[in-house]
Amino acid sequence: MQNEVMFAGFGGQGILLSGKILAHAAMEEGFEVAWIPSYGPEMRGGTAYCLVVVSDRPIGSPIIKNPKHLVAMNRPSLEKFAQAIKPGGVVLINSSLITVDTGRQDLDELRVPAGEIATEAGNGKAANIVALAAFVARSKMVSLDALRHSIEVEFAKRPNLIPLNIKALEAGIKAAE
Amino acid sequence: MSKVLMKGNEAIAEAAIRAGCLNYFAYPITPQSEVAEYLAWRMQEVNGVFLQGESEVAVSYMIFGAAGAGVRVFTTSSSPGISLMSEAISYLCGAQLPAVFVNIMRGGPGLGGILPSQGDYLQATKGIGHGDCRLFVMAPEGVQEAAEMVMRAFPLAEKYRNPVMILGDGLIGQMMEPVEFPDHLKSVPSNKNTWATNGMDHRKSKTRNLVRSLFLDSQILNNNNLILRDKYERMKKEDVCFEAYNTEGDYRILIVAYGTMSRVCKTAIATLKEQGIDVGLIRPQTLFPYPEAAVREAARKESCRHVLCIEMSMGQMVEDVERSVLGARPVKWYGKCGGDVPTPEEIIELVKSTLALHKSY
Repeated sequence: MQNEVMFAGFGGQGILLSGKILAHAAMEEGFEVAWIPSYGPEMRGGTAYCLVVVSDRPIGSPIIKNPKHLVAMNRPSLEKFAQAIKPGGVVLINSSLITVDTGRQDLDELRVPAGEIATEAGNGKAANIVALAAFVARSKMVSLDALRHSIEVEFAKRPNLIPLNIKALEAGIKAAE
Repeated sequence: MSKVLMKGNEAIAEAAIRAGCLNYFAYPITPQSEVAEYLAWRMQEVNGVFLQGESEVAVSYMIFGAAGAGVRVFTTSSSPGISLMSEAISYLCGAQLPAVFVNIMRGGPGLGGILPSQGDYLQATKGIGHGDCRLFVMAPEGVQEAAEMVMRAFPLAEKYRNPVMILGDGLIGQMMEPVEFPDHLKSVPSNKNTWATNGMDHRKSKTRNLVRSLFLDSQILNNNNLILRDKYERMKKEDVCFEAYNTEGDYRILIVAYGTMSRVCKTAIATLKEQGIDVGLIRPQTLFPYPEAAVREAARKESCRHVLCIEMSMGQMVEDVERSVLGARPVKWYGKCGGDVPTPEEIIELVKSTLALHKSY
């Protein structure tokens, strides 16, 4: 069984970090994982995306044309990837910045105002963690406990940021209900 | 030791330290700059040396100096940077000095692009520098194997007193995967007192060691080249490495691919298997010495009708595949470069269209 999710947004939204936290959680749960960033020529404020592959078998191709799920943090990302997602996949839309939807009927669309929720939790910059938590709660790609632990590990060197991010995580989970 | 999630570039950097290499000289270039970024702080922790040269040419002669003094040393770069180092690599071969070079390939020719490519295959395996010189070349297909190959590279370089290259591509450098650094791959530098210029007092010797690649006497130069040739022949006998995948049963198509490309092929092979089509794969792990016998044997299997060589280049390794198959089966090349990696879907289509050519069988 293999699962893939594309995280996409603009540079500075913590896209690569969200992917890394998920990949780390899946690794801790004993899965094979691969985290593949976009590293082409990009400009500040331009697009940023990464693909996380989680599998119970060794991962073959790290290039995946049609990922199973999508987390879209801004409108260009949704427009770029929505049509490529496999039918039945979860598409998380950051409705704080995206007013449109995928226009597809065969996806599990989840609209979460990640920006507002993160601001309420203490800092709008944690929108990526809100979106990540809501996505994981809906897709169940990893357990929420593993995700929580992975956030603590990621911020271990800046422990003052842990409470904020855990708060963002809980709020994200609630938003997915 | 538990696994950690690391970028290929970071894992390469850490693996070198675990292998006991405390000397790193480099000049940054995408897509491998994270190696230098990582070692800029990590070398301090282990009392090692990291020095950023003013150019790749300077770096390559820092490598020459350190290798001549008998210490483990390595550098990392990407395609155009490796071209600049090629003169010194030839000097290292001529002077029989061990060193490790990592080339995280990007698209070319010229300044090219920064996306993954396998366009330096011929350079690495056949034309790394002037004169009769060869590199020992290994190609990993993922982060774990990249780390292990770096750890193996140092003792191999010392065994042959010859530079060793790890040939990866941008995807392997940039991708994060779980990695561990096996303790059994740690090694201690082999005896260098017979050749290194590490000081006569230091090795309690009265004979002088001389490191050089200049031999003006034709006989002496010829003898030096014979010594090198013997080493390259020994590499072919003792250290060829490859992976055979799905080759136990019958298959009508054999794929030969390495690095990132072989992973993509494995996904295609798994999908084809579900559809009842068996395809074998030989994945060279050493590109020089090349697993000629393995490719030849797999191609000559009775069920096999066609050999496909798939690369992220305009057709380079295919020359070695043809040389190995020796006309026993038709060999077809397929590839792309510039950063577009052929997808599993493309390979499935290629296999099916090739099979259609052999319907009469």
